[in-house]
Amino acid sequence: MNTTSLSALEIVLRVRAGELSAMQVLEEHLAQIAAVDGIPGQLDLPALPPREEQKVHAFIQVTTDLARQQAEQIEAKVARGEDPGPLAGVPVSIKDIFCVQGTTTTAGSRILYNFRPPYTATTVARLEQAGALILGKTNLDEFTYGSSSESSAFQPHPNNPWNTQHVTGGSSGGSAAAVAAYETPLSLGTDTGGSIRQPAAFCGVVGLKPTYGRTSRYGLIAFGSSLDCPGPLARNVSDAALMLQVLAGADPKDSTSSIQPVPDYLAALAEGVRGLRIGISPDYDHIAYPDTETGEMGIQAIQPEMNQAVREVAQVLASLGAEIIENVPMPNARHGIPTYFVISRVEAASNLHRFDGVKYGYRTQKPVQDLTELYRVTRAEGFGLQPKLRILMGMYVSAAAHAAHYYQKALRVRSLIRADFERAFDPTGPYRLDALLTPTTPTTAFRRKEVLRDTVLMQYSDQMTVGANHAGIPAISIPAGLDPQGLPIGVQFFGNDFREDIILRVAYAYEQATELAPWRQEIPQALRAAEVK
Amino acid sequence: MLPEKITREMFDKLVALAALELDEEESEYLRTELNHQLAAVKELSEIPIDEDIEPSLHGINCQGNPPRPDEWKPFPDPDAILALAPESRERYFVVPDIAQPGQEGQ
Repeated sequence: MNTTSLSALEIVLRVRAGELSAMQVLEEHLAQIAAVDGIPGQLDLPALPPREEQKVHAFIQVTTDLARQQAEQIEAKVARGEDPGPLAGVPVSIKDIFCVQGTTTTAGSRILYNFRPPYTATTVARLEQAGALILGKTNLDEFTYGSSSESSAFQPHPNNPWNTQHVTGGSSGGSAAAVAAYETPLSLGTDTGGSIRQPAAFCGVVGLKPTYGRTSRYGLIAFGSSLDCPGPLARNVSDAALMLQVLAGADPKDSTSSIQPVPDYLAALAEGVRGLRIGISPDYDHIAYPDTETGEMGIQAIQPEMNQAVREVAQVLASLGAEIIENVPMPNARHGIPTYFVISRVEAASNLHRFDGVKYGYRTQKPVQDLTELYRVTRAEGFGLQPKLRILMGMYVSAAAHAAHYYQKALRVRSLIRADFERAFDPTGPYRLDALLTPTTPTTAFRRKEVLRDTVLMQYSDQMTVGANHAGIPAISIPAGLDPQGLPIGVQFFGNDFREDIILRVAYAYEQATELAPWRQEIPQALRAAEVK
Repeated sequence: MLPEKITREMFDKLVALAALELDEEESEYLRTELNHQLAAVKELSEIPIDEDIEPSLHGINCQGNPPRPDEWKPFPDPDAILALAPESRERYFVVPDIAQPGQEGQ
């Protein structure tokens, strides 16, 4: 028993009170990383000894020196009686898609393998100012393009701590795995179609995608600029609230960040769910899935334990005084992935044009005739399959000849998706929901390599989550049990614009009420393996 | 109606426009996946939608920061930016010759 088993909130309280040293917290978390993480993700990986199969591989880079300097500063502040900040002494890992001065920031891509940004993302700067210790950079799908974290150019990719033969989900897979394996209590991720919530669900942790604009995108390497959202991953709801409190708020460096005041998320947690209206939708108990040859949509059942978990969570909330509203129609939920296939690819292609081997990052070593060839060869060598595919798809569906058919249509369907949520949350409408409860994912974590080559199936892993990105609303995934294979099940609450406080409150109420549930006492396999050693 | 499949020829043109190069294996795999993804988005064209539904560029109505005054704020360390360049000389980025119109490879 050491500080790795403490929550972020417990660490902060003890460090601030001078009862616990920030350096001790740091060293114990570094020791945990050494015990469970194995070799960090790297380019051109040589063959690995079999024992590495049992490791988590959450990190690309552990920033030991940076974190030690920060821990020293916290200790000095505590010794001088100064305020060390609301996250004093709490280790935080950062998805390697955020620029952090003093680190290499790779986006999991060869094309940025040597990129050392001369500035720090606003969200990371806020964590640092709040006294957090930056432990390192976690692995991810290349440029965040995926739902399993296997597509990183930096291998080995992260493994699911609950069963290392299964994926972590993605793209914030390293972040979710690091939190689940007690390597860090908090991690900063990003969510464009589900990239915080889906890996949180697969790894049995809490992940929150805030309202679009609630957290700054400055210093985040862009995927889909109208969809991207930085947010917290944590082991419990109050830690997610604590971290969001630090991340949220307007940023003069991001014109889309919101000037809405930030409420006190922690204070709201204890208000309970009595009188809240929680919806369940029949449009979220299955998925619509296309035949990839004909494009005909068929209905597919999801793993039965997912629907079972939703019903059990609803019962718990009802027993706490919430009102469960059944049969909330969300008829456009099924269009979420086709719409996303268009919008996110157009935005991704646009954002990837800047990587050309001229101003930073990878440049081909081959002799080239002219600048155009330099671009082509550099991009051919620097990008993996996913960025290449997304550029091609994005350019095709936004080309002048097809834009009206695909891109403009997708933007209008996006309005329909948004309208479903507006109707559900409308305080004068028929449903008047405070939150909508759904499964987070259609299945628990799938096996490694099982889906990787099928880019349509991989994308459908985000069917339940992507609506929040289209609509811009907040959503949180929390653990709600284990399936018969012992893999975590996640459920999700969608909330109305800027009502992170309410979905955190609902999630907290469920978490507290099930604190003693037998499944919460189970320990991930990767931790048991490390103990045996 | 749009063509259902991206042909080899169309695909190669797209690859050139995207400033990419693909080997044979990558090319076949990516063209297959692209066609599968286009099949998956086919349903978009079949969704009935009222004339008055506007496109959404963002989900929520952005109430972002008001515009800043247009003031020049120099970056404190421009040399740190230049130092990232694969090749630079006398504080310029160095690139190979820029092809003239008509001379371009393809």
